[in-house]
Amino acid sequence: MDTPVARKKLGLKEKYRYLTRDLGWEPSYRTREEIHPYATYEGIKVHDWDRWEDPFRLTMDAYWKYQAEKERKFYAIIDAHAQNNGHLNITDARYLTALKLFLQAISPGEYAAHKGFARVGREVPGVGAQVACQMQSLDEIRHAQTQIHALSNYNRFYNGFHAFSDQRDRIWYNSVPRSFFDDAMSAGPFEFMIAIGFSFEYVLTNLLFVPFMSGAAYNGDMATVTFGFSAQSDEARHMTLGLECIKFMLEQDPDNLPLVQRWIDKWFWRGCRILTLVGAMMDYMLPKRVMSWKEAWEIYAEQNGSALFNDLARYGVRVPMGWEQGIEAKEHVSHQLMLGLYQWSFGTSFHGWIPSEADMQWLSHKYPSTFDRYYRPRWDHIRKLAEAGTPFRNVGLAKLCQVCQLPIVFTEPGDPTILCNRETVYRDEKYHFCSDGCRQVFDHEPEKFVQAWLPMPQLFQGTCGGGGIEAWMDWVNLKNGVDNGDFEGSQDQRNFQKWKGLAVSNA
Amino acid sequence: MTVTARKAYVGVPRDSLANFHGNQLVYVSWDRHLLFASASIFCVSPQMTFREFVENAVAPIVAPDPDAAKIDWHEVEWLKSNEPWVPDFARSLAANGVGHKDQIRFRTPGLDTLAAETR
Repeated sequence: MDTPVARKKLGLKEKYRYLTRDLGWEPSYRTREEIHPYATYEGIKVHDWDRWEDPFRLTMDAYWKYQAEKERKFYAIIDAHAQNNGHLNITDARYLTALKLFLQAISPGEYAAHKGFARVGREVPGVGAQVACQMQSLDEIRHAQTQIHALSNYNRFYNGFHAFSDQRDRIWYNSVPRSFFDDAMSAGPFEFMIAIGFSFEYVLTNLLFVPFMSGAAYNGDMATVTFGFSAQSDEARHMTLGLECIKFMLEQDPDNLPLVQRWIDKWFWRGCRILTLVGAMMDYMLPKRVMSWKEAWEIYAEQNGSALFNDLARYGVRVPMGWEQGIEAKEHVSHQLMLGLYQWSFGTSFHGWIPSEADMQWLSHKYPSTFDRYYRPRWDHIRKLAEAGTPFRNVGLAKLCQVCQLPIVFTEPGDPTILCNRETVYRDEKYHFCSDGCRQVFDHEPEKFVQAWLPMPQLFQGTCGGGGIEAWMDWVNLKNGVDNGDFEGSQDQRNFQKWKGLAVSNA
Repeated sequence: MTVTARKAYVGVPRDSLANFHGNQLVYVSWDRHLLFASASIFCVSPQMTFREFVENAVAPIVAPDPDAAKIDWHEVEWLKSNEPWVPDFARSLAANGVGHKDQIRFRTPGLDTLAAETR
């Protein structure tokens, strides 16, 4: 009689291969080109998808186990936060401005990333890349949902959170992140991977994540901190995917280098511009500040970024085209944008305010060569106007950049006293840009960017509620005198003070 | 350069003149006066005279600046599309060559209280 021999157990690597790579197959009813129609049109050459190295190894059973554990922990903490009026632990109700901006500008971007990665997971022929992108797609929708849940408790008590979804589509400052993701999502799968997987989720990720999550920790916001911890290991996987994407493309064919470099240049610059929102948040919206935007840029962009590009130099990659301008910009952009957000706060679904003398001393200290010279005089005059009973409202609407869609608050490289004016004519139509970087993006793909839905021109075309400013506010679901304007005298300020008082007294 | 695409890619500009119901967009900024965070966008009739444009559209916007009261509109230096330019106040924007999405800049040398010295 034959003794039954136990089958050998699969090793981890084998098990992973069976459950991922080996799920692929050679099609026989249709050609590869029919099934993956977007795989080659961008000009990226891939000769062997089997050379793709899995950036991480997760099978679905492990994925669900880890993610479910994170979700259980996350929602337990969110429930406790809500039940214990955790919102009263924030340092000051000014902090809520950072959260409103996050919910309107960032959370919908997570959802867009989810859609983008789902699409890339469908379009690329390599099974290893498909699996990694599909998991990132699941991560990103989880991030969108956990962020919304984390912030929902604040929506119960404070203004400006209620219409984030409509406002993402309709309010002017949100067209900045919206157009960023629309641009990536309407690009091909390889550009998307460089734009989001590499440039955003690897090169620049810390400049989004650290300011908001540390900002939350420093300002008593347990809900957002909890989101941050819940997302952190997902982000580690995203970074490895981004890095593998670029290495794979560069290793597959040297012809891919010029295209990859162009995308690095474009998306570094677009990322640099969109992060202006984070800079303003770090320097002005956190009652207890983590570090200055300048410091964050020095650590996460200059130091970490330089190390990365040194590493990629062996493939022929150079630092992105706007690198030097990004370094110069770190001294200025947070101030330039916050001054804008303050003077246009009649049109923001969050409060602005004039920085206090203590705030300005911190800014002076952190920006020794720029704050007192260029920006303090403006804030001082704004304070004078407020004290005289004529608070500064700039009812002149902003000129926007055709590409990054930010109000052009940026100044000429080398001269911070003059706005940067760049224009071009394409097919008899004039377009304006905030920088050479954005103009170059336009010049490479003008047909794409002439279609930009720019909020101010749209308002004048009558597509934003049809009438003047009141109709616009209605259309963007902004309650005048409640969601907008100065923090001083706001309902949020009054309520927070009142409830904190109630929490510690018996009056 | 064209957009890389699988078929012909034609972008339709969203902000062409025809979309503004007889009006046009004009941008104005006051050099070295960055109390105003950006240039301002105006939607006005091309038939508006330059004087009307300055007095009714531009002047109210710049009023909060400490230098505003001292502006002599006939002494300021003008630029259009970043080139030196001399407007005729009596004629219309169109007759002055101010077209759709043109940017006008003006300067008041010596009158720039809030501006830092240029390096």
